[in-house]
Amino acid sequence: MEAIVQQFFNFGIMREALPIVVAGFIQTIAICLIVIPLGLAGGLVFALISLSRLRSARWAAIAVIDFFRSIPPLVLLIFVYAGLPFAGFRPSPMTAVAIAFFLNTSSYYGEIYRAGIESVGSGQWDAARSTGLRLDQALAYVVLPQAVRNVLPDLVSNAVEVVKLTSIASVVALPELLYSADMARSVTFNSSPIVLAAAIYLVMLWPIVRLISRLERRIAA
Amino acid sequence: MNAWSRFLDTFFKWPLIERYFPDIAKGVVVTIEIAAVVVVTGILLGLALAVVRTFRVRAFNLLIVIFVDVLRALPPLVLILLVYFGLPNIGINLPSFAVLWLVLALVLAAFAEEIFWAGILSIPKGQWEAARSTGLSFIGTLAYIVLPQAIRLTVPPLTNRTIVITKNTALGTVIGVGEILNQASSAESFSGNATPLMMGAIAYLILFVPVVALGRFLETRFSWRRV
Repeated sequence: MEAIVQQFFNFGIMREALPIVVAGFIQTIAICLIVIPLGLAGGLVFALISLSRLRSARWAAIAVIDFFRSIPPLVLLIFVYAGLPFAGFRPSPMTAVAIAFFLNTSSYYGEIYRAGIESVGSGQWDAARSTGLRLDQALAYVVLPQAVRNVLPDLVSNAVEVVKLTSIASVVALPELLYSADMARSVTFNSSPIVLAAAIYLVMLWPIVRLISRLERRIAA
Repeated sequence: MNAWSRFLDTFFKWPLIERYFPDIAKGVVVTIEIAAVVVVTGILLGLALAVVRTFRVRAFNLLIVIFVDVLRALPPLVLILLVYFGLPNIGINLPSFAVLWLVLALVLAAFAEEIFWAGILSIPKGQWEAARSTGLSFIGTLAYIVLPQAIRLTVPPLTNRTIVITKNTALGTVIGVGEILNQASSAESFSGNATPLMMGAIAYLILFVPVVALGRFLETRFSWRRV
C-alpha cells in the first residue's frame, strides 16, 4: 500500500511537476482549438460531397472517408511526421498533428453529419426550396440545424474522442499534457505526474461523458 | 531524377519492400493476435458487466458506472504508460503485450457495457413482464428474451467502437510491442526510407478496410434509426 501511494500518488512530486504539466495542458487545449474546428469544417465538406447527386463524387467521398477511418491515427501521424520529410516536406510537430488529425477527424465527423442530414426528411428540403430559399440557404437555415440537433450526442462524443486522441501527439514530441507528464515521469522515476495528467483529463472530460449519456437518453425518449 | 521516380524511390522502393516484407508480415500477425484477444475479452467483460447491472444492486452499479466513465474519459495511451511504467515499481512486471491487451480490453469493456446496457434498456418493460408471467426465471428472461433482442440493436454501434479500439493496437509501438507500426517505423529508421511506413499503412488498409465496410453495411442493415 505504502509503495502504491509512493509510486502513484506522491503529492510532493506532483507539486514539483505541476508547472510543466500545466504548460502541457495549455498545449493540449491549443491543439484541440485547432483540430476540432478543422475537423468540423472538413467533415461538413466530406458529408456534402458524400450526399451529392453525382454518383462518382459520392463514391469518391465514401472511399476517402473509409480510407482514413481504416488507418490508425497514430500511423497517419507518424506517416506525416516521419514519412513526408523523405519527400522533401518537413512539417513541425504541430503541423503534422494538424494534418493527420484533419484527415482522421474530418472522416469521422463526415459520417456523423451525413447520418444527421439523411435523418432530416426530404420534405424539409422540398418545403424550404418551395419558399424560395436557394440550395445553400435551405441547407444552412432549415436542414443543417435539424441535422445537428439529431446527431448532437455523436458530435459531442466524437469531440471527446478527439481530445483524448491529442495524447498521441506526445509520440512526435509535441509537449502536450501526456508528453509533459511523461517527461516528468522519466526524470523522477515516479508515475505520479502521469496520474496527475490522468486526473486533468478526467476533470476535463468526465462531465462531458456524463452529458453525452444524458443527451443520448433524452433523444431516445 | 524526375518527380515520379523520386516518389517511387521514396515510398515504393522495391528492394526495401522485399527486404522488410517478412518483418511487416510478423507485425501483421502480432496485430491480429492482440486484436483478437482484445475483442473477445473486452466484449465478454462488457456483456458480463451489463448483465450484472440488470440485477440493480446499488453498490455494484455505482462501481460499474465509475469504471465505465473513467475508462471512457481517459486516453488509452495515458493508461498504457501508467500501467507499463508504474506497475514494475510496485513489483508487478507485465510484458508489454499483456499491458496493451489489458488496457485495450478494459477500454473496450467499458464502451461495450454502455452499449449493451443501452440495448437492454431499450427493450420495453412488457417483454420482461410477459416473459416472467410465462414462468421464466429472471435469468431465463434475460437470456432467452431480452438479450437476443438487445444484442441485435447493439451490433452497429459495437462494431464501430470495436474497430476504433482495435486500431489502437498501434499504440503498442510506444511500449515496444512488435506490431505493424512498430515493425514499420523501426524499419524506416533503419533503412532511412519511407517505404516501410507505406507498407505498414497498406497493411492496416488491407486489415481494416473490409471491417470498416462491414461496419457500414451493418449500420444500414441492422439499425433501427430512432430519429
